[in-house]
Amino acid sequence: MIELLVNLIVSVMAAATPLLLAATGELIVEKVAVLNLGVEGMMLMGAIAGFAVAHETGQLWLALLAAIAAGMTLSFLFAVLTLTLQANQTATGLALTIFGRGFSALVGAGYVGIAAPTLPKIHLPVLSDLPFFGATLFSYDPLIYLALILLAATAYFLTRTHAGLILRAVGDQHDAAHVLGYRVIRIRYLAVLFGGAMAGLAGAYMSLSYTPLWAQDMIAGRGWVALALVTFAAWRPFWLLIGAWLFGGIMYLSLYVQGLGVPVPSAMLSALPYVGTVVVLVLISRDHRRIRLHRPAMLGRPFQATN
Amino acid sequence: MTAPLLQLRGIVKQFPGCLANDHVDLTIGQHQIHALLGENGAGKSTLVKIIYGVMKPDEGEIIWQGQPVVIQNPAHARRLGIGMVFQHLSLFEALTVADNIALGLNDAKDRIGLRERIIDVSKSYGLPVDPDRTVHDLSVGERQRIEIVRCLLQNPKLLIMDEPTSVLTPQEAETLFVTLRRLASEGCSILYISHKLEEVRALCEESTIMRLGKVVAHVKPKEKTARELAGIMISAELKPVADRRPPPETGKVRLSVDKLTLRAPSEFGTALKDISFQVRGGEVLGIAGIAGNGQGELMDALSGEMPAGRPETITLDDVAAGHMGPYQRRKLGGCFVPEERNGHGAVTTMSLAENAFLSAHLRGALVKLGLIDRNKTQDFAEKVIARFDVRTTGSKAMAKSLSGGNLQKFLVGREVMLEPSVLVVSQPTWGVDAGAAAAIHEAVLALAASGAAVVVISQDLDEIFSLADRIAVIAAGHLSEPVKVGEASLEKIGLLMGGVKAEQHHGETSHA
Repeated sequence: MIELLVNLIVSVMAAATPLLLAATGELIVEKVAVLNLGVEGMMLMGAIAGFAVAHETGQLWLALLAAIAAGMTLSFLFAVLTLTLQANQTATGLALTIFGRGFSALVGAGYVGIAAPTLPKIHLPVLSDLPFFGATLFSYDPLIYLALILLAATAYFLTRTHAGLILRAVGDQHDAAHVLGYRVIRIRYLAVLFGGAMAGLAGAYMSLSYTPLWAQDMIAGRGWVALALVTFAAWRPFWLLIGAWLFGGIMYLSLYVQGLGVPVPSAMLSALPYVGTVVVLVLISRDHRRIRLHRPAMLGRPFQATN
Repeated sequence: MTAPLLQLRGIVKQFPGCLANDHVDLTIGQHQIHALLGENGAGKSTLVKIIYGVMKPDEGEIIWQGQPVVIQNPAHARRLGIGMVFQHLSLFEALTVADNIALGLNDAKDRIGLRERIIDVSKSYGLPVDPDRTVHDLSVGERQRIEIVRCLLQNPKLLIMDEPTSVLTPQEAETLFVTLRRLASEGCSILYISHKLEEVRALCEESTIMRLGKVVAHVKPKEKTARELAGIMISAELKPVADRRPPPETGKVRLSVDKLTLRAPSEFGTALKDISFQVRGGEVLGIAGIAGNGQGELMDALSGEMPAGRPETITLDDVAAGHMGPYQRRKLGGCFVPEERNGHGAVTTMSLAENAFLSAHLRGALVKLGLIDRNKTQDFAEKVIARFDVRTTGSKAMAKSLSGGNLQKFLVGREVMLEPSVLVVSQPTWGVDAGAAAAIHEAVLALAASGAAVVVISQDLDEIFSLADRIAVIAAGHLSEPVKVGEASLEKIGLLMGGVKAEQHHGETSHA
């Protein structure tokens, strides 16, 4: 029983991490009222960039930097198109995902089925020395810790710092922010780039730790789940964590049930984490007043300064 | 004599198709409450946005306490000691009062102990605000207090107030004046923008009056009567109405409004109070008034967007229509041109032909077997374009590709071409150049001459005087008794518009 529980926790933590990283980035993007639907594409680019650099150089930190750079490059493209050139955000985001899928498949064609170094595990001192389950429960790879730290830092940033307040203000009323002298477009650029970096990192986690190899389309819709998480968590960091863990939990259960040989088509079981997470989050986020309060009022609306 | 606090010299600001500020000079002395007077669109808001660094002037010089400065942005203006209370736009609804105030303070050191300082300032100036409430729960008056407190926390030398009382009840306005006088006595100059004449006379020592982007006078308001101020503010060069046929006094009443009372649709709206008037075929009734006095609500009530409840409140050609929506009223022969072109009068992302279809399909018979008759629709749109000289690439052009004036010509033309029995237009020439305005005026008069009843709601008195046979003024939701154009003097209408009479009788508190 204890073993089952430990396995559950370990696998939930792992499955939740890419979602947490990507969703934390997208949370910041949406808080400044930009909707970037290109998360899936940016994650794929991060995954292949990280994997390729790890394979070629053997340097993991270089691989992570490459993944971040790949995600940021794509998000910069998005920012130029939607913020500077005022293109439609929904269409541009979708195009970004399509582009990311195609381009990562092209670049990654030569990397299918080969190995690259994977992220080492970090053992928390003392805790991982606990008897029985300590070694498994308290040693994860660095990105799992980083995801949690970044989420907490983001929550702190948004609610406790002046810069976070400015960021929320830009998402709430960009005209008012402009009139008070804040650089709306510049702030949105920075947020979108942060979102790209986080999506790239999430992709690298997938190809360097979660399933440490490259396969076409290996993100398998996690970018979309991350997007859904942000909305259904009603733009609150804590609920992102709940949603991501929920996804990981259902993922584990469906694999477990599959392992028991229950006669349910495996395709249905694989779909369960996606469907289940969304359904549960819809159910817990039905408070419209709360959503209105947290939803960035200008979400998806372009801003143009009058000079 | 010390140097004046602020001097503007020859400020020019050009927008596409409109010279908003044309060599404007302005001098504000120390400890002075200075009024900036003018009609809507006179360029007042543009000028103060330049002072506050939101916009940059194309030409001209700003001299602050004797030193020429180039104000880079609002943060720079605030560092110089300029604070501004906006008419709208500058609060964040989802954030708390304290957060909103913090966003207007540049230096981190100003934000230390902010809650306590907000409470201190609000107590000492009698401006109660609760730092922990979320803005979207607050009334307009409370929101304005937040902005004032935000400015006061920075010890400004100049406080700009953009039409502060246009959203306040008379009682709230009175409290505001007490605060402003006290600030002036403590050494803070105030630039006070308004078009309410009595208010300016009571409060301000100096004034600068603008009209169509130019400064037309510098006067001491206390030495002038409200009547004289209105005369300077409003065009003195009214053209005589060209060969107007006398309106047929015996024509059939085609539009009748009887004791129309409507509750304000939102807390920012104006309630309509017991409005009655009749318009005969062949007649043009002009409704004057300053923005936000119930024009929008009256327009919505007449068009059917806000049905009036009791059917007999509004009668179109002897049919009680008060309960009907816009579609049914159009069936009865009513046509309506709302004030807002984009999104209300026209769907901006649709072509002109499609926009023509939306309002004209019924009277223009543009439907064949339940489907859009494309050829007829295009024909109709092209006729409107040709007759009203709409500058566009054709009937397939998107509405948003047209300039404001051209789109307005198209929208008015669309309704006029349908030969309605009753036409109601709001701000028919808002933002339209003189040539286009003349074309629209001509079309409206021709329609009336053909026997239609026409109502023109406008803030432009020149327009009202040149179009209307009778004139009424709407102020705080009340409509004055219509008077014949020959018996109405500009001063009388101007005073009614400034709320000189109406406000003394009817405070906002009188309605439930």
